[in-house]
Amino acid sequence: MSTKLIYFAWVRERIGKPEEDVELPSGIETVADLLRWLKSRGEQYENALQYPDVIRVAINQEHVGHREKIAGAREIALFPPMTGG
Amino acid sequence: MAGAVVPAIRIQRQDFDVAAEIAGLTKGRTDIGAVVTFSGLCRDEQGALSALELEHYPGMAEAEIGRIAAEAVERWPLQGLTVIHRHGKIVPGENIVLVVAASLHRRAAFEAANFLMDYLKSRAPFWKKEHLADGSEGGWVEAKEADDQAADRWKKQGE
Repeated sequence: MSTKLIYFAWVRERIGKPEEDVELPSGIETVADLLRWLKSRGEQYENALQYPDVIRVAINQEHVGHREKIAGAREIALFPPMTGG
Repeated sequence: MAGAVVPAIRIQRQDFDVAAEIAGLTKGRTDIGAVVTFSGLCRDEQGALSALELEHYPGMAEAEIGRIAAEAVERWPLQGLTVIHRHGKIVPGENIVLVVAASLHRRAAFEAANFLMDYLKSRAPFWKKEHLADGSEGGWVEAKEADDQAADRWKKQGE
């Protein structure tokens, strides 16, 4: 099953695309696992996810922590801390 | 009564009219005693800034503000609540965000508006990019620790 990844703000700029569909390899169970795997996909990902702790994540459009399980996620968004208001 | 309030939430490119939004909540009603509005504007940072560009996460922006508004309606006895957040390029002097909270008495209206803004700042999926007056790109606005702390003070004990 493929998962849609969406990127915003400087995460989007550094990765170089707004979204992509990926096939997650087995063993990727949590948000932290996903960030670690993505970071290994090339220089742009490495640059965007250099400090994984600052990356905020939403699964199916709801905020989640890095220990959240990603099983069944249709859409996972990665972005910097928000600056609206 | 309080449970019947359905917050009006709009995420939009275009500007809004603060007076019209207040009238939209109060027109034809005789039960409202207090209306608090907060509007956030784009400032020019002493002439250094030419515009802010607001990126947002369509779908989640509405959903997340809806969750925050639902919590406000649950915590305070509100008679009406409107939240508008703009996106796209906004120049100094223009509106960015609006919260209108109506209640029987001022305290609930003030507190609910304050809570909404503190939560919007740290949880609503919007990101500001600066465009500088000298024509260069100023980069992404950094989130402030103070904004997270402002949101944390509304947490109930045990959370």
